[in-house]
Amino acid sequence: MTNPIDIAAKATPAPVARRVRGLSDRAIAWIFVTPTIFLLLAINIFPLIWTVRLSFTNYAANRPGREVEWVGLRNYTRILTDAGTWENMQTTAHFLIWTIVLQVVIGFTLAWLINRKFKGNDLLTTLIVIPMMLSPAVVGNFWTFLYQPQIGLFNYVVELVTGTPASSFSMLGPGGLAKWSIIIVDTWMWTPFVMLICLAGLRSIPDYIYEAAEVDRASKWRQFWTITVPMVLPFLMLAVLFRGIENFKMFDMVVLLTGGGPGNETLLASIDLKREAFEKWRTGYSSAYAIILFVTVFGLASIYVKALNKVKER
Amino acid sequence: MSFLSGLLRLRRGPWENLATVLIALGVVMLMQPFFLWAYTWSFLVTLLGTVMFIITSHFPE
Repeated sequence: MTNPIDIAAKATPAPVARRVRGLSDRAIAWIFVTPTIFLLLAINIFPLIWTVRLSFTNYAANRPGREVEWVGLRNYTRILTDAGTWENMQTTAHFLIWTIVLQVVIGFTLAWLINRKFKGNDLLTTLIVIPMMLSPAVVGNFWTFLYQPQIGLFNYVVELVTGTPASSFSMLGPGGLAKWSIIIVDTWMWTPFVMLICLAGLRSIPDYIYEAAEVDRASKWRQFWTITVPMVLPFLMLAVLFRGIENFKMFDMVVLLTGGGPGNETLLASIDLKREAFEKWRTGYSSAYAIILFVTVFGLASIYVKALNKVKER
Repeated sequence: MSFLSGLLRLRRGPWENLATVLIALGVVMLMQPFFLWAYTWSFLVTLLGTVMFIITSHFPE
């Protein structure tokens, strides 16, 4: 009777023990899962259904007393025929495409270099992943200082490298550079994430494949294109989809850096949605906008899950 | 041919691939800078692809 389980069983009061013994495994599982399901319904599913309902109305949250009219598909047709919203989608696309391209190229290169054995490998990996661990609010704030034309380190480095006077340009001001400033910050922050996924892919390739290629006298270049790239590709796809979904929803970091400006230059779809919902108070319209973004993200997430399963099957 | 027969026999793989193509096409249509009509129809294409994906992911392998 020295077994701790036996001791615990003996210490349980008889009525409680009888009650617990009476429950089936299935019932116990339901007891554990029910609070989660309830929370999920209350926090995710109900608001989603409510948003779908609001998207067919002209409801305005700042006028609770006003009669709510059913407007059918009007909110959707307005959004999907509005040139301004279309432009915001293109701004989002510009941000999305460039961040993904840069993060994949730099991330894969870094992973490929880190994958080699050298002294200080672990320390370097730790240093590289630091930006990823920072809060977007912190990153947005300190990059605002780095981008200052007079005192900012970024402009100073550009002057040092290219000779362009530091105070002659502003990354966050008018002049077409703001779009690139948010891309640089996001790339700086999230390249380590892509690098880590690529590194996992590179380390999953067994050595004997390279050894067989060596026996067949395959050059390093050929080994790279016929072994490394195809074997890492599913991992890379995963990173691209994950970053794509995340950047499609990008909000906090860009709001802190540019606030969507100058003008509408960095007005991403998510920032525009927030303005429609909480500055113009067009709740019905913004609900339709949110549903459009939600369906897009949900579709991308479905592909993401499919890609994830393919990686798991390997 | 195997793709078409898979579609006809309601197999998961080809239908999921078709849904994936529709979602990707919808996202491209939403964000492209060339045709307003493509932007207008993008949501419907993405929605169709997403609903198709949800349904067809329950098809047999």
